Formats: sequence, structure tokens, C-alpha cells
Amino acid sequence: MASPVQIRVTINGTLHTHEVEPRLLLVHYLREVCGLTGTHVGCETSLCGACTVLVDGKAVKSCTMFAVQADGCALTTIEGLAVNGDLHPVQEGFWERHALQCGYCTPGMVMTAVQLLADRKRPTREEIAHALRGNLCRCTGYTHIIDAVEHAAARR
Amino acid sequence: MAVEYRVYPAAFEYFAPRTVDEALELLGRYGDEAKILAGGQSLLPMMKLRIAGPRCLVDVNRIAGLDLLRREGDRLEIGALCRHADMVESPLVRDLLPIMTDAARQTADVQVRHRGTVAGSLAHADPAGDWPAALMALDAVVRIAGLGGRRTMPLHEFIVDAYSTRLDAAEMVVGVSIGIPAKPSGGAYVKFEKRAGDFAVASVGVQIDLEGDRCRSVAVSLGALGPTPIRARAAEDVVREAAPSADRVDRAAELVREAAQPFADTRGSVEYKRHLAGVLFRRAFAAALDRARGRQVETIHL
Ligand SMILES: Cc1cc2nc3c(=O)[nH]c(=O)nc-3n(C[C@H](O)[C@H](O)[C@H](O)COP(=O)(O)OP(=O)(O)OC[C@H]3O[C@@H](n4cnc5c(N)ncnc54)[C@H](O)[C@@H]3O)c2cc1C
Ligand code: FES
Ligand code: FES
Repeated sequence: MASPVQIRVTINGTLHTHEVEPRLLLVHYLREVCGLTGTHVGCETSLCGACTVLVDGKAVKSCTMFAVQADGCALTTIEGLAVNGDLHPVQEGFWERHALQCGYCTPGMVMTAVQLLADRKRPTREEIAHALRGNLCRCTGYTHIIDAVEHAAARR
Repeated sequence: MAVEYRVYPAAFEYFAPRTVDEALELLGRYGDEAKILAGGQSLLPMMKLRIAGPRCLVDVNRIAGLDLLRREGDRLEIGALCRHADMVESPLVRDLLPIMTDAARQTADVQVRHRGTVAGSLAHADPAGDWPAALMALDAVVRIAGLGGRRTMPLHEFIVDAYSTRLDAAEMVVGVSIGIPAKPSGGAYVKFEKRAGDFAVASVGVQIDLEGDRCRSVAVSLGALGPTPIRARAAEDVVREAAPSADRVDRAAELVREAAQPFADTRGSVEYKRHLAGVLFRRAFAAALDRARGRQVETIHL
């Protein structure tokens, strides 16, 4: 085994320090080392976006980055969105507009949408669909997800 | 480590050098067993499937200064850490080389664009890669650093075959330099994909420089239509030094179909891709011409 590397990562405002094997994927670090299982592993092959988290404010697929690469970074996962039990506007939108069925894709969808709304105040439906290209959903047919993001944008 | 965590890639030694020289020194020491890690958006998927299993990864993401994107005289200089997303967002790129904005916006999805780099795409040389195809229509030069010093190489010489370049194991791409076309000029990159965010079934880039209503120069590049991007030079000749008439565009589209060397795969048959090449050429040519004439046109429908 290659030498472990020490990393310091701020996740949802809390500093975590661990020794990790370089080949440990960020998503497995979050789920198995930090116990933050809200971030899902869908395809494992970088295609589905279920594992999306924000690294220094940018949406990335956490199955396509090594944990060592997050050293010194600030991460936001789905667990970090609600404040004192109040849902984030995007989460509220998913709730109000029934944007999930099995829920497997939801954490990734929500994180990508959060990033979109950080960049654009009132995206069009086409822009929302374009932004969510990296997130697959096998249940909803996407329409309600776009509704949810629109709902969130209007609420701010 | 007390607990065994889930891992997919084979084990490797990890280095995150702070300077190009340190990176080169590591590459020199590990030779063929080392790989550069840039955006990781091609390398990690391969390592997870164990198609790639480098013993040493040289993560260049922490090297300062490689993320610069700037104009220097009549060239656009793109540092090796410029991400696809940086290109989507850059007003400079949109103004000087809209063909590059097209390519960036159509590459993968937002998550991949946040990490994947232009230089990494060229080094990876995927036959269906959008940067190799789009930049082949421009005066693109790859900036290379090795222990012996620095050198530059035109992109068409750099990529030699599918997934293979002239880069030595102990070298790295430090940037890409693009000649800025004198106005009036315009370019467009059009891609056809089977599903959102996928690699191209076929793609065409066109860059036109105008003089009055004549095309002073025209470059046509084809992506995913051969082992490397292809310049359709016979087609270029038909539309160069002439006012672009419907007849000439028809003839050029015919020559584009002939220049294509597609292979059949799950994305389509040879015949289908050849047909697509002609269609995409017409779209890209029309958009490039419109832009050269100062009109705002979109090549993708959001
Ligand atoms: C879901 C998904 C969809 C995608 N869709 C598309 C698409 O539509 N179009 C498209 O073009 N691409 C697509 N890609 C690939 C993506 O664009 C990659 O970012 C790109 O191919 C490689 O760039 P990178 O920076 O990620 O390189 P890495 O993955 O880090 O490296 C790729 C290879 O290049 C080498 N390398 C990287 N940087 C350098 C350097 N500076 N010097 C020398 N060697 C270097 C590495 O050693 C490695 O061999 C997709 C990827 C994914 C995961
Ligand atoms: S699990 Fe990361 S993209 Fe599917
Ligand atoms: S709700 Fe089931 S995959 Fe999206």
C-alpha cells in the first residue's frame, strides 16, 4: 500500500483531519470515513452525478476526484444545506414540487441546482435542463425537477 | 490503517508538486510508471476501471500560475490548468474566439467542466474529444516543458493517433497558445451527441476570415470522424478566396463527407456518421459566416 497522506478538509463548516490512502475516492471518504452518507454513489463510472458535492463552491462528481485532492478545500454536501432544520430553498422546491420518487439521484440533483442558483438568479427552464445534464434520474422524467429548481429560484 | 475502506483504483504514490520543475523531476524519476493528474476527468474513470494503473500520480493542480488565461499580443495564452468551465465563462474567449466558447459549452456537463482542463484534453487525445477537434481549426500551438527545456509544437503535429501524442514520458504540457484571427472573422463548433453530455457522434469546427464578402481563409476540422481530428483541406480550398455561394457550400459539404474516416460503433454506422459530417459542416459554416459578418448566433439550443 502506498504511503497514507494527511488531509485537512472543511466539510459543511467543520474541519476534518484524517490520514487517507491516495487512491481513496472523495465520495468514499465522505461516506465511509466521515460517515456522511447523504452523498450517493450511483454509477461509480463518473456518469450519473448522484455523488455531486461542492468543492470550494464548485459542483464536482466526488467519485471522480481523490480525497487527497480535497486537502485544504471547503466542501458542502447535502447534509450542509439545511440551517437549523430549515430546508434550503432548493430542498424546499423538491418537496413542494414532488421532484423525487426513489430519491437516489436527489442529493446530486440538489447540489448541482444549488450551484446553478449561486451563479444565476433566474435561470430559464432550458438553462436549468442544460445545467442538470450531468445528473441522471431514472424515475421522475425530469419535469418536476426543473419545476423544483424554478420554484426555488422564484422564492429567493 | 485500522479500517479497510472501499477502493477502486490500484494503489499509487501521490505527489502534489508546487512548481513545474518539481513535477518534471518526478516524471523523470518515475518514467513510464508516472502519470500527470490534471482534471482527472479522463484519468480517474480509467483508473477506477483499472484500464490505467499508474504507480505514481503527479497532481499538477497545485502548481501556481498554470491557471492563467490571457491575451498576449495577437495570441491567446491558455495555462495548463484552465478548466473547460473557465473557457465557457470567459468574455475574452467569447469575443475573440467564439468557436472555443461553443466547444467548451458542449463538452460534458457542468461538474466535469469544473475540473477537466483544455491541456488535459489535448494530452489525452480522445478521437471524440471536443478540444482537439475545435482547436484544430485554429492556429493552435502546444507549449511543452521537459527537463531539457521548453518547446512548442503545432497541435496537428502533437496528436499522432487515437490517444497518442508526441509528448515524452518526462514532459508536460504547460499551456496552449492560440493565434487570434484578425477581424472580420468568425468561427463555430457544432457537435452532435446521442444523449446529453456524451462525447460527439461527430463534430465540425469552421473558422472563417473575411475580406469584403470573400473568405480570405477557411479552416474546417472534423471530430470523432477518424483516429485524430481531420482538417478537410479539399473542402477548405473550394470555399477559400471566393464568395460563399450555395454551389460552393454544396461541393465543400461533399468533400467534407469524403474527408471523414469514421468507424462504426455504438454511436452510429460509417454511413450515418459520414452523412452527419456533411450536415454539421453546413451548420458550422453558416454560423461561422454569420459571426464573421458581425451577427450573434447560437450553435447550441439550450
Ligand atoms: C461524464 C464525462 C463526460 C465527458 N464528456 C466529454 C465530452 O463531451 N467531450 C470531451 O471532449 N471530453 C469529455 N470528457 C472528458 C473530459 O473533457 C476530460 O476533462 C478531458 O478529456 C481530460 O482532461 P483532464 O484535465 O480531466 O485530464 P486528466 O484526466 O487529468 O488526464 C488525462 C490524460 O492526459 C494526461 N495529462 C493531463 N494533463 C496533462 C498535462 N498538462 N501534460 C501532460 N499530460 C497531461 C494525463 O496524464 C492523462 O493521461 C468527459 C468526461 C466525463 C467523466
Ligand atoms: S457515482 Fe459519481 S457520477 Fe455516478
Ligand atoms: S428519483 Fe429515482 S433516480 Fe431520481
